[in-house]
Amino acid sequence: MYGSLWRRLPGGVPVRLFLFLALVGIAAGLLWYVVFPWLAPRVPIDQPW
Amino acid sequence: MRAAIRFVSELGITAGVVLLMFCAYLLWGTGSYTEEHQRVLQRQFEQEIQRSVHEHKGKRTLGAIKLGGAVALIRIPRLGADYKYAVVEGVDAEHLREGPGHYPGTAMPGEIGNFVVSGHRTTYLAPFNRIGELNRGDEIVVDTREARYTYRVTEKEVVLPTRLDVVAPVPGHPAERPTRALITLTTCNPKYSAAERLIVHGLLADREKRRA
Repeated sequence: MYGSLWRRLPGGVPVRLFLFLALVGIAAGLLWYVVFPWLAPRVPIDQPW
Repeated sequence: MRAAIRFVSELGITAGVVLLMFCAYLLWGTGSYTEEHQRVLQRQFEQEIQRSVHEHKGKRTLGAIKLGGAVALIRIPRLGADYKYAVVEGVDAEHLREGPGHYPGTAMPGEIGNFVVSGHRTTYLAPFNRIGELNRGDEIVVDTREARYTYRVTEKEVVLPTRLDVVAPVPGHPAERPTRALITLTTCNPKYSAAERLIVHGLLADREKRRA
């Protein structure tokens, strides 16, 4: 999965590394700022009532 | 075969990392939402206090209470000099995300009866994280537009979520008529769980009207 992604990225190792980390960063950002805020109120933990 | 196993394990590791991130988000990420709303609520409420002091001298009316609006500022000196939260009206998830919530229908601050406030224990800034540290006699200071009410802690208890009588006007005796002004703080117990409720009761000790 990550191997084939790595192979599909263009450029040499430094460029690939940069692109790879950028993709990971985008995925993490989407999770943190979009998916998690949507999901959090739907998880029934820490409900005082 | 090898490729398939690798794919599945990479997927599993990814899912684990995402779950850990979600836990981190619940504990620390949700706080920024509450912080933002608290900043606005506290500023508005403090301005309203100023206004009510200057505008109506003599005739002070309780401002219209609407769900989601601030009803009071709560301070607990035992939990730090800067421990201060705006209490919003309502205890639905959307209200508690913004701060501790006043249980609608229970007494207002200073009134005879039970002023019930619920708050998160571990997420959304975790306003009631440390209320278990309160001891008998500790102050809970509640500022409204009209006055400052100081309650003193009388009792702490851990109950099951079904024990709704702890928020009755006379805690534990739902049928009785109240004669005293109480405060009740409720939150989850143990931490990171919703299996029980931690309850702190207090009794009104002092009331100080605002003067212009």
